[in-house]
This record gives sequence, structure tokens and C-alpha cells, in this order.
Amino acid sequence: MTDRPTRRELYERARRRRSNVVATVSTIVVVTALVVLIPRSPGWGRVRQAFFDGDVFRESFPGLLQAFWLDVQILLWSTPLILVVSLVVALARNTRSAALFPLRAAAVIYTDVLRGIPVILLVFLIGFGVPALGLSREWANPLIWGTVTLVLSYSAYTAEIIRAGIESVHESQRAAARSLGMTSRQTMTTVVLPQAFRNIVPPLMNTFVSLQKDVALVSLIGPVEILRQAGIDKAKYANFTPYVAASIIFLALTIPFTRLADWALARQRRRTGATTIG
Amino acid sequence: MSGDRTSSDGASSPLKVQLRAVYKAFGGTTVLDGIDLDVAEGNVITLIGASGSGKSTLLRCVNLLEPVDDGEVLLDGVDIAEPGLDPDPVRRRIGMVFQSFNLFPHMSVTDNVAVGPRKVLGVPKQVARSNAVTMLTRLGLAARADAYPDQLSGGQQQRVAIARSLAMNPEVMLLDEITSALDPELVGEVLDVVRGLKQDGMTMLIATHEMAFAREISDRVCFLHQGRILEEGPPAQIFEAPNEARTQEFLQRVIDAGRL
Repeated sequence: MTDRPTRRELYERARRRRSNVVATVSTIVVVTALVVLIPRSPGWGRVRQAFFDGDVFRESFPGLLQAFWLDVQILLWSTPLILVVSLVVALARNTRSAALFPLRAAAVIYTDVLRGIPVILLVFLIGFGVPALGLSREWANPLIWGTVTLVLSYSAYTAEIIRAGIESVHESQRAAARSLGMTSRQTMTTVVLPQAFRNIVPPLMNTFVSLQKDVALVSLIGPVEILRQAGIDKAKYANFTPYVAASIIFLALTIPFTRLADWALARQRRRTGATTIG
Repeated sequence: MSGDRTSSDGASSPLKVQLRAVYKAFGGTTVLDGIDLDVAEGNVITLIGASGSGKSTLLRCVNLLEPVDDGEVLLDGVDIAEPGLDPDPVRRRIGMVFQSFNLFPHMSVTDNVAVGPRKVLGVPKQVARSNAVTMLTRLGLAARADAYPDQLSGGQQQRVAIARSLAMNPEVMLLDEITSALDPELVGEVLDVVRGLKQDGMTMLIATHEMAFAREISDRVCFLHQGRILEEGPPAQIFEAPNEARTQEFLQRVIDAGRL
């Protein structure tokens, strides 16, 4: 080939230039519209005062950050528990033996019911209902039951993700393992599950990001975590800025994980591009 | 036939595998319709026939990947098709290689070969891995021991799959169209391995579309048609003077397709 660009290169270069121009122009238009139009709206003055008050932000931020530590603790407790419970449920749904029918049925009912009820309702039902059974003082802690609610609810979703992962492993992999003389349990643990988890890292990461936010629902039954603290500050300053501050704190946690989830997905795409059916 | 080798269990048995009136259906479709087959120890039997004639199902029934509906499968004279029998100890003794390789993509080549002995036979990890490397060296794959399956060519993958089976020291090998998924130029390296196995005296049951290879390596050839063994005999007879019209038609189609 000579140094002269090919017809295709010339065409693509022109197309790239055109789309760059379009992207620049549309970005300028949108940003200008936002910057010019929003402050001109009749309520902007009030909104800025109520949601973006710098003093309130500075004063409430440290307390919010401290309250957020409770969210993080709940998150750290629930995540491993969710993984364990959901794996057990997913494996229960995969059993075949007749003796285990009750286990299988329980797993089906569990995932159906728990996925069908809004998390917020479950928080109320379990958070207020279980302690009302008359538990001893240390067990009547709303923190415990809030965490239990999250574990129960999220395990139902996660179990379905794991089950889909198990089913995504091609039957021929099982045949290969069984033909070596592996038992069905060995086949599951050494061949199926490692591949299943590899396939479901992206959806698991997404669920984890979702959990990071839903931890705030525990506030509805008492514990002073970040959302409740923001509510207290809102009442104190008669200003909504603490909610904005709380949102920013959440974003600082969720955005890195969202990026990580996308990266995991992209990496998996690259990998499975090379391996189709093993 | 050459039934003079002594099996590893000590009991000298001329017949390694016997199928007696094996019947198998999927849904309402009969796939194996009364198969009788004797495989003497150290013999190589090839199954030829059109796609859907039951070759693969027959192999899968021998190592119990598919449960047999009726009839008997005898391994060293013991019926292994008995419903309710634990298939795992039987499968240990029978190696199988698949058309699509079915290597474990999340394990290195060495671990693919070592995993059977480790998990099933309880061989310590280091021993299993060093045995695996020895096996891979024997099959000319030493350089790829640390690679992952998707980094290998199809021919290399299939040789690893053979190594994975051999690592279990099987008494019988079942080869299910092991070259059908390979580019033509990669078929030879895999068939060379099978030739080596025959020299070592391995008992093999092979389903194949490679007629020239079947003719070269087989002690006997079985022509399957609609779930039955329609004709069976030494390769020279089957390929040069088949008795059945169906066998002639099949071979003619293969010749027309330039495969023989």
C-alpha cells in the first residue's frame, strides 16, 4: 500500500469530523440552555436557597458523614450474608432428588414472595413486626431487623441471578465433568459454580450498587443513619440542603462501584468473545 | 480377536464391553433400537453412519451419560446399565472425548488434566499436576501447560481433552467425532494421538466421519442406521464389499462428498 489514504479512510475521517461537530454543537446548546434557563425560572431563587445553601451544607456535612458510617456497616454485614443465603437458595432450587422437594418448594416460594414485596414494605413488616413478638431487649434492635430485611429481600434477587449463572454454564461442561467420574456435587463446585460466578459478576455488581442505596431504607424503622440524620438536619435548619449533601455522599460510594461494574462487564465481554461454548 | 491382554483388575476378560439389546428413546423417538455389540480388550471399534443414526447416543450410553432404557451394558462382564446403580465409579474407568472438546475454560491446561485425578481419585495436588505435565509432554503439549483453553488451537484443545481423559487411566476410551469440529489441517495431529493409543493397546470405541481413518485404525467397523447396527465386520470388508445396500449407499455418499 502507498501512503495515500484509502477511500474508506477518507470516508471515515469525514464522518468522524462531522459527528464531532454535531456533538460539540449539541453539548453547547444543552449546557447554555441549562445555565441560562434554570436561573431564569421563577422559582430558582427559592430552590437555590432551599437546596444549595452553602452554610447549611458545611454545617451538616460532618454529621452526615458520621451517620453514613452506619450505612456502611449495615452494607458490610449484609453483603456476605446475602451471598451465602442466595447461594443456598439457588442451589436448593437446583436440587433434583425427591426427598428434597420441600426444600425446592420453599426456595421457589421464598424467591417469589420476597421479590414480589417492595423492600420498603418489608422493612416496616419485619422491622416493626418481629420485635413486637416480645424479644429480649438486645434482640429488639431495629438495626438487626433492618439488616435482616435487606438480607432476605436481596437474597431473593441474588439467588435468581446465581441460578441464571448456573444455567448459563453449558450442559457439555457438566457432561465432561461427569465423564471423568466426578459426582454431581464435585461437578457443581469445581466446574459449574466457578464459571457461573464469572458470568454473573456484572449483574452482581449492579445489585450491590442497588443495595448501597437501599440501606437508607433501614432509617424508616429508627436507626440514625445518613437519611434520618439528613431529615433531622432538614428540620433543624428548615432547609433541604442536607438531602443534597447526603446524595453527594451516596454518589461518592456508588459511582466508583458503578464504574467497576461496567468495567467488569466490558472485561467479561472481551473474554467470552474468545470462548463460546467451552 | 486379540483378547489376550490382561485387564488391570487381574481378571483376564476377552470382552471388555458388551452391549445386549440396548434400547434408548428420547421422547417418542427411538434412537437406539436393540444394539448388540462386543468390544474385546485392546480392540478398536469404529461406528460409522449418517448423522442421527445413533453413534453418539451409543457412546453416551456406554459411560452412562445417558441412562439406557432397556437392555444391558456389561463392563468386564458386570451390568452397569442396572437402573439405580451409582454411575460415578463406572465413569471413572471409562474415558470420553467430545466433539466440542468441552475443556474447562476457567482452568489452565495443566489443571484441566489434573482435576480428574485430584477430585475423583484424591491424588495430591502437586502429584496430580506433575503427572498432568508428564501426560501433556507425551502428547506434545508441554509448551502449552500454563495456557488457558481459549488460547489454544482446536487441535491442541482436543489433544488436551484426550490428555484429560487419559489422566484417569481409563480402561476404555470413547471418542465421539473428535475431529468433526476441527479445521482440516488440524485433524492429523489429533488422529496421530489416537494411533498412539492403539499402539499402547487401549480399548477404544470411536464414532467418526473420517472414513480413511476408520479403515486404517479399526479392528472392526459397525455401520449404524436408524438406531441399529446394520452391518459389522473388518474394515476391508465393510469398505470394499459391504453386504447391505444401505451401507453401500452411505459409503457412496461419502465418496461423492470426497471424504473417502
